[in-house]
Amino acid sequence: MACYLSTPKHMAFYWSFGTVLVLLAITAPLALLFGFGGATAARAQLAPVRWFGKAYIAIVRGVPDIAFFLFFVIALDQGFEYLRHQFFCPDWGQPIRQGNDFLVCPAAKLPLSTSPQIWHEIYGFFLAVLTFAIVFGAFAANVLHGAMRAVPQPQLETAAAYGMRPGQIFWRILVPQMWVYALPGLGNLWMVLIKATPLLFLLGVEDIVYWARELGGTKTARFTDYPHGDWRMWYFGALLLFYLAFTKLSELALDRVMLRLTRGQATLAGEAQRKAAA
Amino acid sequence: MKKLILTTTALALSASMAFAGGHGKTVRMGTEGAYPPYNFINDKGEVDGFERELGDELCKRAELTCEWVTNEWDSIIPNLVSGNYDTIIAGMSITAERDEVIDFTQNYTQPDPSAYLAKSADVDLAGGVLAAQTGTIQAAFVAQQGWTLLEFATPEETVAAVRNGEADALLADKSFLKPIADEDAELMLLEREELIGGGVGMGLRESDGELRAKFDAAIQSMKDDGTLNALIVKWEIGETF
Repeated sequence: MACYLSTPKHMAFYWSFGTVLVLLAITAPLALLFGFGGATAARAQLAPVRWFGKAYIAIVRGVPDIAFFLFFVIALDQGFEYLRHQFFCPDWGQPIRQGNDFLVCPAAKLPLSTSPQIWHEIYGFFLAVLTFAIVFGAFAANVLHGAMRAVPQPQLETAAAYGMRPGQIFWRILVPQMWVYALPGLGNLWMVLIKATPLLFLLGVEDIVYWARELGGTKTARFTDYPHGDWRMWYFGALLLFYLAFTKLSELALDRVMLRLTRGQATLAGEAQRKAAA
Repeated sequence: MKKLILTTTALALSASMAFAGGHGKTVRMGTEGAYPPYNFINDKGEVDGFERELGDELCKRAELTCEWVTNEWDSIIPNLVSGNYDTIIAGMSITAERDEVIDFTQNYTQPDPSAYLAKSADVDLAGGVLAAQTGTIQAAFVAQQGWTLLEFATPEETVAAVRNGEADALLADKSFLKPIADEDAELMLLEREELIGGGVGMGLRESDGELRAKFDAAIQSMKDDGTLNALIVKWEIGETF
C-alpha cells in the first residue's frame, strides 16, 4: 500500500495540489487587480474608457467559461506568437495562415519547440493564470462596481464640500468604504475560483482532478504493477475532503476579514460592533 | 521603470534567440495517455505503450529529438494545428473527415476491428444505449446507424458506463477492449465486430510535408524489416502487416 501510494505517478498527483494552490495564490490578486481596473474604468468620466470597462465586463461575463477557455487561450497564444513573428522574422516569405494551420517562424514559437518540457508547462500555467484573471476579473469588476455605488452618496458629497479633489475622494473616501459591500460578492467568486481549476487541463496543465481521474481509473494487470478496479470514487472522495477543508478555511478567513472591514462602517454590523464596544 | 521592463524584455528575447540557434529541431509528440495498449501513463507517470515504443523508434530512425506531451482527446486536433505540438500519435484512425483538417502518415496498424463490450451476449444494439468516446470513428458509426449514442470524454468513462449499467454496450477498438474483457468476468466482447476506419496513422499539420515524409519513410523502414510487426505482436494491436 505504501509502495502504491508513493509511485512517481502519485508524486505527480501530490505535486499538482501545489500547482493548484500556487495558481490560486497568483490568480486571486491578479483577478482583483483586473476587477479593480475594470470597475474604475466602468465609472470613468471619459466616455471611451467607460465603454471599454463596460464592454469588458459585459463580454467576458456573457461568454461561457469553457468556450472562453478553449477559444481564448489558443487565440492569446497565437496573438503572442504573431507579435514575436513580426519582430523576429520580418522577411519571412510564407503566409501565417495556411488553411487550418497557424504557422510562425521557428524563432517566434512560444516557448520554442526546442526548449524543455518544463518551459512549456510554465508557459501553459502562465496562460492559465492570465485567462483566469481576465475571466474572474470581469466578475470582480462587476462586484466592485456595485460596491462603489453602494457607498452612501452623502459621504462623497461631504468630502467634496471639504474641498477634496475627485482623486482624493476616490482613494480616501470611496475605496476604503466599498470593501465591506464588495466582500460577500468577492468571497463567492473566490469559492467559485477554487473549484474552477479543473478547467486547467484544457490548457494542458495537469491539475488534481486530472490525476485523480487518471490514477483512479481501472488498471489492468498488463499495464501496471498495481492493477485495481474503478477506484475513482476514492480519489474523488479525497478531493472532496480537500475542497471541503479548503472552502471551510476560506470561509473562516473571509469572516475575519469581514469583521475587520466592518469596523467603523456605517452599516448595521458596524453599528452593532460600535455598540458592543461602548 | 519603463526602461527596466524594456531591458528585461530585450534580455529575455535575446536569450531565447540564442537558445534557438543551439539545438536541432525538437519534435513534440502529442498523445492522449488514456488508451492502453496504444498509449497510457505508467506507474512512473510517463507516457508508455505501443505508440511510445513506436514513436521513440521512429524518431531514432528519422534522427529527430522527440518529446512527449499529453493532451485531452477533445482538443487534440485544434492544439496540433495551432502548433502546440507537432504530431498526433494517439491511436487515431485515418478517416476522410479528419484528413480534411490534418494530414496523416501511412498507417502503422492494420485496420483494427471495433468490438462491442457488454455485460451479456444478447444485447439489443438497435434498441439499447451505446457508449463511445466523443470524436471517435466509433461514435460516428453509432450515430450513423441511428442507434442511441452516449458520448464520454475519456475511454475510461465509457467502460464505467457499461459496468454500472448506464450503457448497454460500448463500441471501441478491439485491442483496447480485449484486456479489459479478459480481466473482468462480468464483461465480454460480442461476436459482432465492425470494420470501420483505415488503420491508425500519425497526424501532422497539412503544411508540415517535410516532417510527414520523414515519418513516412521511418514507418516504411520498420514495416520492411519486421520491427513494426514485432511491436504489434508485443502490444497485441490486431493483425500484423
